[in-house]
Amino acid sequence: MSENAATATTPLLQITDLEVGFTTQSGVVPAVRGVSFSIMPGENLAIVGESGSGKSTTAQAIIDLLPGTGKVTGGSILFDGTDLTTLNASGIQRVRGSQIGYVPQDPMSNLNPVWNIGFQVRETIEANTQLRGQDAKKRVIEVLEEAGLSDPGSRLRQYPNQFSGGMRQRVLIGIGLSARPKLLIADEPTSALDVTVQRRILDHLGTLTRDYGTSVLFITHDLGLAAERAEKLVVMYKGKIVEYGSSQEILADPQHPYTKRLVAAAPSLASRRIQAVRNDEEESGALAPVTRDISIVERAEAREASAAGDLIEVKNLTKVYQIRQGGFRKTDFTAVDDVSFSIPKGTTTALVGESGSGKSTVAKMVLKLEDITSGSITFDGKDVGTLPRSELLSFRRRVQPVFQDPYGSLDPLRSIGSTIAEPLLIHGIGDAKSRRATVRELLEQVSLPSSTELRYPNELSGGQRQRVAVARALALNPEVIVLDEAVSALDVLVQGQVLDLLTKLQTELGLTYLFITHDLAVVRLVADNVCVMRQGRIVEQATTDEVFDSPKQDYTRELLEAIPGGNFEFGRL
Amino acid sequence: MSSNTPGQGGGRYVAPIEETPVVAVDAVDESQKAQSVWGDAWQAMRKRWLFWLCAALIAVIVVVALFPQWFTASLPTGGACKIGQSLDPASAGHPLGFDKQGCDVFSRILYGTRSSVTVGLLATLLATLIGGIIGALAGFYGGFLDSLVSRLGDIFFAIPTILGAIIVMQVMPWDRNAITLSIVLAVFGWPIIARIMRGAVLTAKNSDYVMASVALGLSRSKILLGHVIPNALAPVIVIATVSLGTYIVAEASLSFLGIGLPPSIPSWGGDISTAQGSIRQAPELIFFPATALAITVLAFLLLGDIVRDALDPKARARR
Repeated sequence: MSENAATATTPLLQITDLEVGFTTQSGVVPAVRGVSFSIMPGENLAIVGESGSGKSTTAQAIIDLLPGTGKVTGGSILFDGTDLTTLNASGIQRVRGSQIGYVPQDPMSNLNPVWNIGFQVRETIEANTQLRGQDAKKRVIEVLEEAGLSDPGSRLRQYPNQFSGGMRQRVLIGIGLSARPKLLIADEPTSALDVTVQRRILDHLGTLTRDYGTSVLFITHDLGLAAERAEKLVVMYKGKIVEYGSSQEILADPQHPYTKRLVAAAPSLASRRIQAVRNDEEESGALAPVTRDISIVERAEAREASAAGDLIEVKNLTKVYQIRQGGFRKTDFTAVDDVSFSIPKGTTTALVGESGSGKSTVAKMVLKLEDITSGSITFDGKDVGTLPRSELLSFRRRVQPVFQDPYGSLDPLRSIGSTIAEPLLIHGIGDAKSRRATVRELLEQVSLPSSTELRYPNELSGGQRQRVAVARALALNPEVIVLDEAVSALDVLVQGQVLDLLTKLQTELGLTYLFITHDLAVVRLVADNVCVMRQGRIVEQATTDEVFDSPKQDYTRELLEAIPGGNFEFGRL
Repeated sequence: MSSNTPGQGGGRYVAPIEETPVVAVDAVDESQKAQSVWGDAWQAMRKRWLFWLCAALIAVIVVVALFPQWFTASLPTGGACKIGQSLDPASAGHPLGFDKQGCDVFSRILYGTRSSVTVGLLATLLATLIGGIIGALAGFYGGFLDSLVSRLGDIFFAIPTILGAIIVMQVMPWDRNAITLSIVLAVFGWPIIARIMRGAVLTAKNSDYVMASVALGLSRSKILLGHVIPNALAPVIVIATVSLGTYIVAEASLSFLGIGLPPSIPSWGGDISTAQGSIRQAPELIFFPATALAITVLAFLLLGDIVRDALDPKARARR
């Protein structure tokens, strides 16, 4: 390989007019259309876009890892003087790993569960270097040490299932960097991880690549992350580049309408807008969606006018699971530990926490989908735990859930119309004709065309399905909706749309929300009160403004600081 | 905007707006026709010529089974068989000649279709009903019922269907007909369906849409019938279609051994057995029922394969 080619003036990677297509029954479907960009040695570049924008496909095309029928149909990928598109299988194999490292998205499925960690790192090292035997083993320990694992010598014999998600991602980063590649492709490296873990891993990755002078190509849907970690930014939309340049410039002053929309919808920005409106209304920005501003103001007024009491009161709530440990031995695991909070009528209370904090368990208990171990939940003056069967149905009518996974929460065999009509049917509301009218009305409320009622879930996108789930939850005119990570799986723009919808519905219908999420940026957008949970306990509980402006606990502060791009001023030059 | 083509130097590039018009966020594509999962599967199946071949074959087989008299004037059994015609070659009205007993071979094959198809369909139906119900209840309600059913299934699993059927059929020689044979085959065949159903029900039971239904106030039995079973049906249908073929083989095997259907009911298995006796004089006689059996079984197995591909696109992609 031509080592000298990579000087400061020639790009390390230069992609020109790249075209990638997937062959289907109806011909070749283009996934990447005329993409061109370059990365200088030591430079970090981020490709941002929503799902289906072609960002991952572009990255996969570079190292010839396109899935299925994908094929580069045009353009060139010049890496260090060589056109990668002209290389044969063994040629590209020599580049992969040793020259271009790759960190995959999902740390859970990208390590082979039947081999120990040491073996998997060693495999990469032996494939890409001349090291063998004891030398290779020494290098494995070095790699793991560099990746930030404590006591790597003894961890060699451990298996992936003994590692947490963050530790696995560290191993994958270690593997990706083990042969000191010139370029590292990181495809959504931390999307599956908690924010605090994400921050530590990205910091570590930043330090390592700076030390080795490695360029990094980030693929991400997170504008904040891109702004923080990369100097250059490529914004992709429908397989094309819509904006390309310095990330600071683009995010501070987006030019293309799509980029503008993306920047406006980034939760950390929008949350600022809402605060701005609340604090001094004259400064309401032109970029923020109008509906959101109005609803916030109206809601605040409505709330003061009604000044209703607490609709839901949770007192000393505890949930203990018994975990079987082989044979008949059981140990207790306290998922929720002495949690108390209350939700005033017509407001939104957010439960925030990282995975395993017990927030979803609380939601399930509020919905009466899980039994309470001790403590109590009172809904409208009645104890939920001891609700008689006769009153359970009316409780179900008044408290409705929306779940996280838009692909799992709708029965794939039922049409949208029948899914939304189901709650009406269960509770015996109306006849066939009036139910149909209600379904159409509900679809309109969630901004879906009424023809959607004939469709099936597999024909809708994630955001559309989530709106259907909201419509189903609204069918019975409930008073409380429990949203369990309801927007977490959605793209930024779609997420913004659903949040707008939820805010609008809250104003119109006086709904009370219990909002479960791991994403603090979203919390600031919609919540009135926040409870921060950690390991089953509430560590901080206050109004949203208090929590964000003057967090009392170190943990809350750590969470806030970990939001990527949290301190970055989007859309303001 | 210092540069107009992407990738030139480090300048800022903004795509011309008319090149990539921004569409409404997450709009429903109304140009596509609405399509259910079953509708999708049907679309996938009807595009394959193999499906139509199987369907045509099975249609012919079923018509023959229902109305064998439409295709031949001769009767397969009883007085129609004259020992004087034993092993006579083909003649007008008797295209395949006569077997050792002097029965018309063509007629026996046509009437034999009825036994094969009856036993195949009935045994499949019974096994699917028994296995499906037991598996669904075990998977959905779990606990003691699940343990009991699973262990019971294991016991039946340990006995190969054909061996179990041999033992049972041997102790009841007085009542061998298509219905008893189907019942016996189903009794030993249901654990397979039950296991498949139980697994599919377990998956469906833990899905979010079931939890959403609970939160809507739907009763457990209605959830089982309305959401869980319909979603667990696909793999069961696939296995049932495939097992139809194996039950036809089982019937033929038992009849060949002489403990399936009695000689008074024409059956391919029995015919193969008789033809074996005269294999030196008329080797072609074994060929006719064997071909009929092979074609019928192949048609059902292929159909099962096609149904699986249509219902489970993942299995198709793996090939």
